[in-house]
Amino acid sequence: MIAARKLGRVFGEKRVLRNVDLDVPDGGFALVTGPNGSGKTTLLRICAGLAQPTEGELHVDVSRERIGFLAHDPLVYRELTGLENLELYGRLYRIAERKERIGMLLERFGLWDARHERVSAYSRGMTQRLALCRVLLHEPELLVLDEPYTALDTQGAELLDAQLQELHGARTFLVSTHDPQRVEHFATTGLALA
Amino acid sequence: MTYVADVSALARKDLLLELRAKDTLPSMLLFVVSVFVVFHFSLPSGSSDVAASGLLWVAIIFTALLALGRAFVPEREQHVLDALVLAPCDRSAIWLAKSIATFAFLAAAEVVALPVFALFFEPVSGPMLAGVALADVGICAVGTFVGATAVATRARELLLPLLFLPLAIPLVIGGVGASVATDPARYLGFLGLYDLLFALLCWAAFEYVVVE
Repeated sequence: MIAARKLGRVFGEKRVLRNVDLDVPDGGFALVTGPNGSGKTTLLRICAGLAQPTEGELHVDVSRERIGFLAHDPLVYRELTGLENLELYGRLYRIAERKERIGMLLERFGLWDARHERVSAYSRGMTQRLALCRVLLHEPELLVLDEPYTALDTQGAELLDAQLQELHGARTFLVSTHDPQRVEHFATTGLALA
Repeated sequence: MTYVADVSALARKDLLLELRAKDTLPSMLLFVVSVFVVFHFSLPSGSSDVAASGLLWVAIIFTALLALGRAFVPEREQHVLDALVLAPCDRSAIWLAKSIATFAFLAAAEVVALPVFALFFEPVSGPMLAGVALADVGICAVGTFVGATAVATRARELLLPLLFLPLAIPLVIGGVGASVATDPARYLGFLGLYDLLFALLCWAAFEYVVVE
């Protein structure tokens, strides 16, 4: 699914990624670890197609509409409600039976009762749950998750654990985290950035 | 049809965001009316109609800059542009929807601004109105493209007017010409050509400004 050879990225004078080799087969789970500033987010953005590498080669065998990208920011509009945000993405991804899919995800992540509230009124944890709903909405083949457990409470983290367990093996994952113990039992590939 | 549906969903979202946040339109209205009041009292009495037409275009361009400066703020604050770029819709749909929403805000501001202009300076003629409408299309097409370019930079507040104002000079020439010339058709044709050419350029190039 993902094959990277000597991948590098330079921003002006600053090099944030150097000589990264990565192979993630279909159904694989790649765990990316490293300290702040080691280039985890940059690597994930490059693999998601949101940035171009300045060095090396990258092959991602999936079209962009089959990628689910969870970033540091939730990538949702604060002045829209949770439901309106998912409706917007549901339309853009042309999801069949959109309303049912959105309702199921909102139920699963405990946001059904808050679906008509604006995201600006959500707590950080609720916003992260909504971001996870957005990522899973179109049933992506490749899930690129940057610090997915950020801001989740115990219940939210358990919901995410269950979701990862359900999709493990059936989807390809590229996950960065500061807390590798949480997901290392899923990992089929590891990449430690320095 | 899917392209139209994507543009419609994105433009509807922008209009809904403005309806909720009321960040852009009230400030545009206040600004454009204030500009006319200032001009009214600062111009010597008996100033020519030609000078008044010029003032109208100064007010329109700078009012549009307010809208363009705000256009990508919701996307920038939450980095939502990343999610829109990953969606399967044609990326130019993002530009077109944002241009349509900006056009709606500018047109709404002009619905108030033009009667105020007529009250303080001179009546609004048909060719002037046509010039304003055609210039609005160009302002929104080019300005939205420049706004998307600027939003990715740290100096976005500086970069937007620096990039946009030189590109708006032909629109001012065409607009003033349509307002004061005895043969406005030539200037209206020029504005139409500008709109067509730059809209096509922005439509084709937008994909390259939203990916790092």
